[in-house]
Amino acid sequence: MTDFTTWDIVRNLLLAARWTVVLSLIAFVGGAIVGLVLTLLRMGGLRPIRWLVRGYVDLFQGTPLLMQLFLAYFGAAALGFDVSAWTAASVALTLFTSAFLCDIWRGCVEAVPSGQWQAARVLGLNYLQSMRHVILPQALRLAVPPTVGFSVQVVKGTALASVIGFVELTKAGTMLNNATFEPFTIFTFVALGYFILCYPLSRYARYLERRLYGAGIR
Amino acid sequence: MTLDFSTLLPYTDEIVTGLVTTVWLTVVTTLIGLSLAVVVAYVRDGARENGANIVSRLLGGYVEVIRNTPFIVQLFFLFFGLPALGVPISATVAALIAMILNLAAYTAEILRAGIESTTRGQHEAARALGLSRLQRFRHVVLVPAFSRVYPSLISQCIIVMLGSAVVSQISVFDLTYAANFIQSRNFRGFEVYLVVTAIYLLLAIGLRLLFEAVGRRLFAFRQGGSA
Repeated sequence: MTDFTTWDIVRNLLLAARWTVVLSLIAFVGGAIVGLVLTLLRMGGLRPIRWLVRGYVDLFQGTPLLMQLFLAYFGAAALGFDVSAWTAASVALTLFTSAFLCDIWRGCVEAVPSGQWQAARVLGLNYLQSMRHVILPQALRLAVPPTVGFSVQVVKGTALASVIGFVELTKAGTMLNNATFEPFTIFTFVALGYFILCYPLSRYARYLERRLYGAGIR
Repeated sequence: MTLDFSTLLPYTDEIVTGLVTTVWLTVVTTLIGLSLAVVVAYVRDGARENGANIVSRLLGGYVEVIRNTPFIVQLFFLFFGLPALGVPISATVAALIAMILNLAAYTAEILRAGIESTTRGQHEAARALGLSRLQRFRHVVLVPAFSRVYPSLISQCIIVMLGSAVVSQISVFDLTYAANFIQSRNFRGFEVYLVVTAIYLLLAIGLRLLFEAVGRRLFAFRQGGSA
């Protein structure tokens, strides 16, 4: 058995952390695109579509992310597609992220006073124009803090991809643990890795929130 | 491809066993975790009045560490890390401790947000009435804060219930473990995971309805419309 120095452990974890970052970015960007489309559909007029989007959001918010990953992985296989852990994790995390972002953003759009809608329609703007020029710019300001805050959940969510064999920070940790039997050191470093990724995002989200609402509270 | 759910029938026992484990883990976690969160909120509320001390700072650090690391890493840290330090710990106990610490950190933060929105005037009025610090915290700070953030607390408890699927990874026989077990026997992964996912969804809906019913009783005083 080869000996691992602490530096070997840290080096391997750092290499694996790259994939945590990449997967987080894929999930966040993909989730934002899908989430935006869903938000627009849900705010639109067609009732059956609104219900469908709502069902989608409730489904992803009401089931474990781990199950979503298993379903993406085994479901694709059952449907005859040969998907890698990469694909399954990317798809599952993107859909998961889109559901939560859709919910957050719907709240932000609804927080824009209805007078703004009415004024826009009176001015002769249609639905998309009102959205684009009147509602979304205002909703965007409200949406930034909770969106940044949710990115922390996305980064932490990628840890579950380790369960279907995607080698990122957590999986590298368990593999190193099997090789070295130094769980305390290894999982301290793994936790530290996530903390370094997530804490600045948390702080930034809190800062943005304070800046947005700061004047209003007490 | 055809879906065949009948292959699941011989495994009803496993699913029930897993379901029972998931439910009792969630119930115990909710009761202890929320109590712990109240204690944390109490200490941190005191620090807000009298300045931060060591304990409140440590608690603040605990909340940040839990909130900024994945649950699965917290679980592995406890389950693999503690025995290596000479503290033997069973999978179930590790799972329970990890879930409680996780829920307590998040709900303490939710409670803090609720507490901070209590206006200063209410504090001063309570103090003028001669209430002790514990009495003030209980009647003036905690109960209104609790009722205000109750919806967020419900959501957090449900998130922890859904997150508990991860304890299957340290071989706790919960609902997800049952799914993995059945999948390894009948090779019908998709069907098994569909059924178990549906059970989780029903659990989440049931838990929400239960919490809302409890909330209506607990916070009946708010129905008057004053708050």
